[in-house]
Formats: sequence, C-alpha cells, structure tokens
Amino acid sequence: MSYTFTAIAFVAASIFFDLKITKIGLLRRRAFWTSYAIILPFQLLTNWWLTSRNIVMYRSGAIIGVRIAAAPLEDLLFGFALILGVLSMWVRLGKRS
Amino acid sequence: MGKWGYVGMLAFTVAGSFWLEVVFKVRVLKRITRALRAIAPIVLLFLIWDAVAIKHGDWFFDSKQILGIFGPFHIPLEEYLFFLVVPLAAIMTIEAVRRVKRDKSDWLIGDEE
Repeated sequence: MSYTFTAIAFVAASIFFDLKITKIGLLRRRAFWTSYAIILPFQLLTNWWLTSRNIVMYRSGAIIGVRIAAAPLEDLLFGFALILGVLSMWVRLGKRS
Repeated sequence: MGKWGYVGMLAFTVAGSFWLEVVFKVRVLKRITRALRAIAPIVLLFLIWDAVAIKHGDWFFDSKQILGIFGPFHIPLEEYLFFLVVPLAAIMTIEAVRRVKRDKSDWLIGDEE
C-alpha cells in the first residue's frame, strides 16, 4: 500500500501548504470547491481511459484495491493534492503582482 | 489508438480546457510565467514521487500505448506533459469560475488586493 500511504501524505502536505505556507486558505473558498467539482468528473473520465485500457497499471500490493471508474481510489487523492497545491501557489503568486 | 493512447488523454484535457482562454478570457496562457512558477515547485515533488513509484513498480505503462520517449528517471514523455497540461487546466478552471462569479465578494480566492 505504498501508493495509499504516499497519497495520504501528499494530501496532508497540500492542506498544510494551503493553510500554513501560502496562507491562502483555498480550502475555505467556494471558488475552489466549485472548480474541484468541475474538475473531478473530468479526472474520473480521463483516469478511466488510462486505467480501463491498461495504459497505466498498478502493482496490486501498492494499492488498497478499491477502484472507482476502473482507477484506484488513491488516484483521487493524488489529483486532489496536485490541484490544491498548484492552485494555492497560483493564487499566492498573484498577490505579489 | 495504439501508441497514441496516453497522448489522446492529454489532447482531450487540452481540448476540454484551453477554450476557456478564448471564450472566458481567463488569461492563464497570457500569464504563463506566473503559471509555470506556480506549477514547477509543486510538480517537482510529484515527479519525484512518480520516479520512485516507477522505480518500485508501483505503477507502470503499457509500452504499446505510449510513444516510447522517456525523460529523466525513466518517466515517459506523456507523464511530463501530464504534469504541465493538468495543472494548466486546473488553473484555467478556477479562473473561469471567478470570472463567472466576478463582483461577488463571497467568491474571492485571495489574490484580488
């Protein structure tokens, strides 16, 4: 379950990054959650494409084994951490200009 | 799709998001320096994760469905493009949301001042 643990750690780090490092607090903003709600179905669709066609495959020991639209549950954590981290940094950089 | 299988997913993501630049005038590509400065440090951590996971065999790719071009740490070209295209799509999305909801104080994201 190395993917599981790393994914949880990255989600925790992205939350810490948003709240304590950039101090943007996107997690408290409607615009972020609305954006995530738009992005999520596209992530499920593109993930389904990559995993159902076996373009990307996973070692069974690396994941917990729960799959959503063919893709490991962990992929959702991966995507959330990536999006939160990038968007929080994007907004932070906008404050300087 | 053959070897274009993974590239197809990337093309779909570009097609699904980059029109926001034109129709909603989100000005993300016009601010590409800021975008790349936001993406680079975050994506670097994810690429390290990717490299370690590939090395350990946590995930792997069908060699018949990728182009077969590899960058550093045996990471396929498509993965590098993923970490450019997906963050750009996310930034375009939140910029489109704020554009639709502009002038509404409870929809601010924090860089308005």
